[in-house]
Amino acid sequence: MPRELLQRRNFLRGLTAGAGGIALAGCDLLDDTSDSRVRRVLASANDLSYRVQRLLQGDALAPEFTRADIRQPQRPNGVAHPQDEDYLALAAGDFADYRLEVSGLVETPLSLSREQLQAMPARTQITRHDCVEGWSCIAEWTGVPLSTVLAMARPKSQVRFVLLRCFDTIERGLSGNVKYYETIDMVDALHPQTILAYGLNQGPLPIENGAPLRLRVERQLGYKMAKYVRAIELVSTFADVGDGRGGYWEDRGYDWYAGI
Amino acid sequence: MDDRNRQSRRSASPAAGKRGPLIYRQSIWTRTTHWVWAVCLFFLLLSGLQIFNAHPALYLGEQSGFAFDNAVLAIGATQDESGLKGYTEILGWRFDTTGLLGASGEGFLQEVRAFPAWATLPSFQSLADGRVIHFFFAWLLSATLIVWLLASAINGHLRNDLLPRLADLRALPRDLAIHLRFRFHHTGSYNTLQKLAYFGVLFVLLPLMVATGLAMSPGMNATLPWLTDLFVGRQTARTIHFVVMLALVGFFLIHMAMILAADPFNELRSIVTGWYRTDPPKNAKGEEHAA
Repeated sequence: MPRELLQRRNFLRGLTAGAGGIALAGCDLLDDTSDSRVRRVLASANDLSYRVQRLLQGDALAPEFTRADIRQPQRPNGVAHPQDEDYLALAAGDFADYRLEVSGLVETPLSLSREQLQAMPARTQITRHDCVEGWSCIAEWTGVPLSTVLAMARPKSQVRFVLLRCFDTIERGLSGNVKYYETIDMVDALHPQTILAYGLNQGPLPIENGAPLRLRVERQLGYKMAKYVRAIELVSTFADVGDGRGGYWEDRGYDWYAGI
Repeated sequence: MDDRNRQSRRSASPAAGKRGPLIYRQSIWTRTTHWVWAVCLFFLLLSGLQIFNAHPALYLGEQSGFAFDNAVLAIGATQDESGLKGYTEILGWRFDTTGLLGASGEGFLQEVRAFPAWATLPSFQSLADGRVIHFFFAWLLSATLIVWLLASAINGHLRNDLLPRLADLRALPRDLAIHLRFRFHHTGSYNTLQKLAYFGVLFVLLPLMVATGLAMSPGMNATLPWLTDLFVGRQTARTIHFVVMLALVGFFLIHMAMILAADPFNELRSIVTGWYRTDPPKNAKGEEHAA
């Protein structure tokens, strides 16, 4: 057999084996969901997305739509009917006894009733809710800007994140029940479209959409917008909350920054 | 006749005078970026299908219709006495795709999932991991595209090799006929179909992929609202992202077929080492020597 043909065959075989090997090794590495070094390297791309988007977007507003664009009820996702006793008790009284607790690194801790929240200057916005799964839904949200509440509480200088603690137990496990929580940075917390919503599509916020109060962070994905908000804490770090990654879904591998 | 020609060329000893000269055809920039893209697109495809599986439907417009119908594609499964049945619905037409789309896996492992385990990364369902993989390689692909664009503008690759010229377009019918008869020429430059294919991938498909990807990002949507408008809404952008993926897979398949048909050793050598064996100088009937 001609020498050249053999060389060619070996060359092609080697190249195919090499490329296939790299691909298979990559699949194996990435099939391992543990917090491996490979995953940490890959996830660092999200820090880049966070920095670049923050740099580019400034205070830019998320697009707002018109009432003609509202073509369906807001699709509920995640927990839609919390079974927690304290929540059910509040819901039975139509949330008349609800109070939003604001604490942590603040000069003035607050405990705000629903009437107090609804008496503050409100903001209404028709925005598109983008779920991490890929779907979108347009709805009209009414609520009090988070910045208004924060201004009343007067955050201390070392505050870096707003932590939202929720009523709903999203996971029941051997190691205990897990209640939903989320964190956002101060850029989003003070953004004019970031509101604590109590109204949806010109009516009161329904239970499946997060009554009595839910967060709207319009420049990020749905899982950042905690429903059933019980308390707000201003913190300098979230390392000591949950598994330390800044949210229920974040503790399960989702990116903390969900602007993409 | 052509096959015989190729056989004789192949079995000829290296000293035979029938072969054309080796030329340095692919610069280090082209070769490096080519392989980085190959790796990126492999991971982007598999992680992209993983992400798609989280909500296996495509829509037109700004939002997804739950109370109205604006879906153009939906993949799902139904259960009957014989087991899971996977279906794919395209523009209202429903196809049974059990085993491939909608429901896949053998026996007890059969499960409801749009794309099967072998086509996704990770193989099990994990939107979180799929996103981490996808965005890492999306950054790498975009960065490599910019590096390649700058290098190719400077070293002349863009102007000399890729940009289709009027003469190329005039030669299109003839070039098409040559390809359909599998009579490939090996020269220092790309033929018309090659130029159109590479130009289309690098200047249409890949930029469209990056742009529709960005148009889906709520953060970028605040920064560049016109980008999402350009694609007539976020869900249309997502649909285009998917269709361009299909086009890239189609390009890949043809790319592989052409390499196999044209002479895999020579083609691979040129994209690995840069050196490419050209046809011997043409005589009066040049085509006779094409292999």
